[in-house]
Amino acid sequence: MDSSSTETTQAGGAEFPPEKIRELDDRIKKVRNKTGATIRAMSAAQEIFGYLPREAMMRIAGGLGVPPVDIYGIASFYSYFITMPPARHQIVSCQGTACYVRGGDRVLEKLERSLEIKTGETTPGGEFSIQAVRCMGACALAPVVRIDSDIYSRVSQRRVKGLLSRYSKKDPGDR
Amino acid sequence: MEKLSVKDLRRIKDRSSIACSIRNNEEKDTKVIVHMGTCGIASGAQEVMRVLRERVEQEGLDVVLDEAGCIGICEREPIVSLVRKGEPVVRYAAVSPEAVLEIVESHLMGGKVVQELLLSNGSINGVRKAGLRSSETLVVPATLPEEPLADLEEVDFFVPQQRITRKNCGAINPYRIDEYIAMDGWSALARALTEMTPEQVIEEIQRSGLRGRGGAGFPTGVKWQYCRQAPGSVKYLICNADEGDPGAFMDRAQLEGDPQSILEGMAIAAYAIGAGQGIVYVRMEYPLAVELISHAIDQARAYGLLGSDIFGRGFDFDMEVMIGAGAFVCGEETALIHSVQGQRGVPRPKPPFPAMSGLYGKPTVINNVETLATVPTIIRNGADWYAAVGSEKSKGTKIFSLAGRIVNNGLVEVEMGTPMKKIIYDIGGGVPEGGTFKAVQCGGPSGGCVPARHLDTPIDYESLTALGAIMGSGGLVVMDDKSCMVDTARFFLEFVQEESCGQCTPGREGTGLMLDILTRITEGKGVEGDIKELEKLGNIIKKTALCGLGQTAPNPVLSTIRHFRDEYEAHIREKRCPALVCRKLVQYSIDPDTCNGCTACARACPASCISGEKKEVHVIDPTSCIHCGTCYDVCTFDAVLRT
Repeated sequence: MDSSSTETTQAGGAEFPPEKIRELDDRIKKVRNKTGATIRAMSAAQEIFGYLPREAMMRIAGGLGVPPVDIYGIASFYSYFITMPPARHQIVSCQGTACYVRGGDRVLEKLERSLEIKTGETTPGGEFSIQAVRCMGACALAPVVRIDSDIYSRVSQRRVKGLLSRYSKKDPGDR
Repeated sequence: MEKLSVKDLRRIKDRSSIACSIRNNEEKDTKVIVHMGTCGIASGAQEVMRVLRERVEQEGLDVVLDEAGCIGICEREPIVSLVRKGEPVVRYAAVSPEAVLEIVESHLMGGKVVQELLLSNGSINGVRKAGLRSSETLVVPATLPEEPLADLEEVDFFVPQQRITRKNCGAINPYRIDEYIAMDGWSALARALTEMTPEQVIEEIQRSGLRGRGGAGFPTGVKWQYCRQAPGSVKYLICNADEGDPGAFMDRAQLEGDPQSILEGMAIAAYAIGAGQGIVYVRMEYPLAVELISHAIDQARAYGLLGSDIFGRGFDFDMEVMIGAGAFVCGEETALIHSVQGQRGVPRPKPPFPAMSGLYGKPTVINNVETLATVPTIIRNGADWYAAVGSEKSKGTKIFSLAGRIVNNGLVEVEMGTPMKKIIYDIGGGVPEGGTFKAVQCGGPSGGCVPARHLDTPIDYESLTALGAIMGSGGLVVMDDKSCMVDTARFFLEFVQEESCGQCTPGREGTGLMLDILTRITEGKGVEGDIKELEKLGNIIKKTALCGLGQTAPNPVLSTIRHFRDEYEAHIREKRCPALVCRKLVQYSIDPDTCNGCTACARACPASCISGEKKEVHVIDPTSCIHCGTCYDVCTFDAVLRT
């Protein structure tokens, strides 16, 4: 099935360069006959674009012959899928039981206060976002915070500012 | 690569046993192992390895550098093991990059053990403060590969443990299949295929008494038999590695430390039930586990241990990895099946059970990681050997993850029927100084708490259920007097509320009603009758929710009411939180006798409600205080009081 004629009004723009769209189409073709093709294709799209743009979801729906509403339903069901562009530094605060018992909730609060955003939001310049997850399985090191792919263990409220400053200084090309 | 025969397997075993055991290694006489599970890496193991490699190369030392999974005592990572020909194995704990320099200089070059860095009894903090007594150090003979980690028996944390499923974790390099084969790996599948019919394998697992380690404890052999007997030629086997229970991490450690054991267990299960295709469903929160299990599958396939005509016995079996996209409910087997099919992971009513109609409507067995990793040892050593361990109705060992307010956080494997007290105190070292043990939460959001007065109970499936908790996956989170049981119940319900799939009314609305009441109680707005209402709602949800997640969701509330009713009453009647956790019930003030006017609290207060000049006593304005507790945390003179 080909959906390109109707659903790619924005395709080819700055965010959707043709090579990325071609890559997505290739990946859709590769997973078409595999178990769980929809989720595989959506993961591929998120890998390519960093999130799931509406256009990518429509393309997957077309490519796999699945109603777009199903794709959107899956995207909203699983916490892994995001439909907005991600921040440059993604902060993930663990709120599992062990982290809760050792004060993970206060660490999260401190993060929110320091960045002046709530969990699930992104700072206005797009520098940081905060997410809460339920257990990363590193309970012995609770409370745990992950920033991008770095894991920090035994985080206290006091360490929060220092951790953030390590990242806010990176990326000199920030807007 | 050529397909392995049973004879080849033995050849690899002999060859790699020699390579693993540095004692018999002709070329090099020293091996340094950095333990690189997720917890090790999060504690800095990669940096430790980098510095180690750099120093060893600079000095031109003739040593083997290697890595292995987590040995279980996650609290003291990064851990470095040093194996030297003719000498005891030495384990260093909480190794920093600076400590590596010391180990290289003193031990590797000077032949002198660095005493103060050794893994020892007591917590890291205790060791740092008190220093080490020589009687506590760990120096024991090097081990043969047949008895990995036997040396660990010297440390209190390991003495009461019986490591059957975790035998290889931390002992072998999980990236190398040959090391697993050296530990007798894949010989159980060889035995099953060459000496046993599928029915005999099922019979053996049934006689061993093995029960599902993922939650409900259903007999594994019975599940296999249902699936074997189900009509149809296409059947599936799924390994449930969607370890979503917060506080449990034994499956992650198994995937990272000994992935081949899971694959071998799956192959045996597939042979027994007649499945040709297997799926490992791993949660995306475990990137290292995904990498290692995928790598393990590639290696097993290259040896012909997966694929067609395995061991030349006409048995075909292959598998693929599916990554869970982050939904707790997918741990429920029917939800997991929907997720594997690429749909929203929502449960459906049972029956039909997956053993009759599972993935794509075909008979499917879903087993948990720990269950499958245990299967090869049973086939290798026999059902009688396994059934001799454990309690009357719960056979074998169980892995528990120990976390929360406890000295030794980590993974423990003990015989079923071991008293909880032994796990918490003898192995776990009790709660950290300054706290008093209150309860241990067992079984996560579906479980309940075991209070101090029941700590002597031998732990098995039945005894935990009788206490209002469940075995679940074996996550133990310890709470002390600084934990509020009402807030803990609220925490779990909030979790379930967020993770509810929204299909059934009890799961969606019922848990929401319970959460509203609990939130009110923790905010000091509880009223008489709330406890009764919670119990009523809880019992209705247990009976009417669609899936296991919903049916067990009230457990944390009902069990805390059962064992800690007085805490609920203090919140409702006296508007008081005995543990000083429930924020709106805690008042903050500054002790004028202790305050020296350092201004730390005033600067940190997010509500700017603390006033006072430098070097003068500060005062909190209670009307604008938001009860955040920041002043209490930042005061280094204990001048902020909580009541």
